[in-house]
Amino acid sequence: MKELTVISGKGGTGKTSITAALATLASDAVICDCDVDAANLHLLLSPKVNNKAEFYGMKKALINQDECTQCGQCVELCNFDAISDYTVNSMACEGCQLCHHACPSGAVEMVDHLAGHWYISETQCGPFVHAKLGIAEGNSGLLVAEVRKAARRLAEEGNKSIIITDGPPGIGCPVISSLADTNMALVVTEPTISAIHDLERIVKVAKNFGCYIAVCINKYNLNEENSRYIEGISRKLNIPIVGRVSYDPVMHEAIVRNMPVTLVPKGKVHDEIKTLWAQVQKILL
Amino acid sequence: MRISIASGKGGTGKTLVATNLALSISDQPVHLLDCDVEEPNAHVFLQGDHIDQQVVHLPIPKVNQAKCQQCSKCSDVCVFNAIALFDKIILTFDDLCHSCGACWHLCPHNAIEKIDKEIGAIDKTKVDNITLITGKLKIGNHASPPLIKKVKGQCNDGGINILDGPPGSSCPAMEAVEGTDYCVMVTEPTPFGLNDLRLAVDMVTALGVPCGVVINRDGPGNVGVLDYCREKGIKLLMQIPMDDRIAKSYAKGTPLVKEEPAYRDKFNQLYQVILGEV
Amino acid sequence: MKIAISTQGENQSSEVNPRLGRCERFIIHDTDTGKSNVVENGGRLSSSGAGVATAKMLADLGVNAVITGFVGPKAFAALEAAGIKIFIGAQGTVEQSLKLYQDNKLDEAQSANAGAHSGI
Repeated sequence: MKELTVISGKGGTGKTSITAALATLASDAVICDCDVDAANLHLLLSPKVNNKAEFYGMKKALINQDECTQCGQCVELCNFDAISDYTVNSMACEGCQLCHHACPSGAVEMVDHLAGHWYISETQCGPFVHAKLGIAEGNSGLLVAEVRKAARRLAEEGNKSIIITDGPPGIGCPVISSLADTNMALVVTEPTISAIHDLERIVKVAKNFGCYIAVCINKYNLNEENSRYIEGISRKLNIPIVGRVSYDPVMHEAIVRNMPVTLVPKGKVHDEIKTLWAQVQKILL
Repeated sequence: MRISIASGKGGTGKTLVATNLALSISDQPVHLLDCDVEEPNAHVFLQGDHIDQQVVHLPIPKVNQAKCQQCSKCSDVCVFNAIALFDKIILTFDDLCHSCGACWHLCPHNAIEKIDKEIGAIDKTKVDNITLITGKLKIGNHASPPLIKKVKGQCNDGGINILDGPPGSSCPAMEAVEGTDYCVMVTEPTPFGLNDLRLAVDMVTALGVPCGVVINRDGPGNVGVLDYCREKGIKLLMQIPMDDRIAKSYAKGTPLVKEEPAYRDKFNQLYQVILGEV
Repeated sequence: MKIAISTQGENQSSEVNPRLGRCERFIIHDTDTGKSNVVENGGRLSSSGAGVATAKMLADLGVNAVITGFVGPKAFAALEAAGIKIFIGAQGTVEQSLKLYQDNKLDEAQSANAGAHSGI
């Protein structure tokens, strides 16, 4: 069983649209959405939720007002500015427990904290694992790990050949969690100066994980000069370009219709995405 | 005044709005603070003279072996497993450390010192009326919020500050919006845009920051965003049409208001509307 | 001498889990008595530094050697500091891995053989 993780560095390059399209082409895949901060893949795959599970993040501090003598020590010690008026702002609290240990009256308790939910669903493309993190919750790396673990279990139980994962944007903690131990990172980029700038950063991150890295240029005809520039960078970094997908209004139309683009009739990009999938399969399987 | 620019979803045009808004204000000095420290991009559109760079550090523990009694207190209290006692050796793992200070505050033998670890840098450049402050997280670090906090420390409270935040609605995005006077949410009229706008609105509401919406790539199609704004009583600040010329100028890295001067008035209008709202 | 083998199951015929920090359980085999027991790996639930937490737990149990598939840089440093020998490349069942170890067919790790954060 192989794992393909689709990432982008910069947001809005079409990562989720491409992931959904690949999901429709794979015949025995488990689909997984690791963009738990702002999940979107479910909007294209219309999942039927079979199972919903709670996700608890790190325990957070809670000050017991009956015990608190308002000495102010916790306020002074907290490096996250999470305590004011002898009350913990759970959005800022990182759960380090310093206040809990330091409080001279033992007034600070560490309490469980429901940070989000994750789901196992059924879609026309196969089983789908996705999640929703609560507002302003940290620790999304841990939820990403949880989601990936469930996807692996489903893949093993169902004897599937591939897990296709929509990764989070950026280069931080959740991306690191989504890349660990994956077989292939597919970087979806676009020929804009911003995306080019982010491409080199995300490739550096992915290289740390020893997975196979390949690039797909989405909207490649938006600026052909920039697309050639991306080709140059990829050569320099020794990373193959496995797909070129046109700038085509049908991509937008597919999102508006809540469908993977491959299921919208007469999409000009269908053949380009099929070629991409063939290349990915050649590398992975 | 501090104006934050946010979007639940990445790639909706947050940086487009932040940079062009900054370029359309001429009556006051503008500080544009790029708080998207994982992937800062405003500097792509605003290339000016470099005036300053500042390296940002966070404290991490260093054990003074001469004072350490191997009591294991630090190892027991660190919930991040960034410091641990094995046999007679204390190990520290810098990349797990959250700089909370539990180990050095709680060590009964004062055996732990703080040392600096570099987490990123802040660049300052000047372009015409704009001072651009860019936070850039060092690769391999995952602690964006402390760096964003430092970037915010560069706000000029005598003028206009525009804070271009990271996408999403988790800690880093919150850190950028927190404490600003107004938040401009940039979205696009698609189910993706609407889904993520909902999350972002919940976030700014939790922070108590007033907000309005800019719809980017507006065109025929989905009306969900408009309905949502109406239903929630959120002000529609501006609609930027779906226009190949905008996509192309963005791809080139040229600011829209320079390529299409008519947009300067539109962004100045956006500025006036925001002033009226605050 | 106590040897810990990372596994997803509960007995000698269970599959080895090649991930150290995030493995579900360890079978601890005592070569002196020939007996084995199972321990839950509480370390895997750590939101940060599961490999380090796992090493701490093994050290507290008085384990002398660990048999697993991969070890990351932090877990390697931690186990080394704890004086626990690390044997990598284990495959198949717990019983088979133990046999390979006893026949000197497993490599002793001289450094990490997995990247950081691999143990998802």
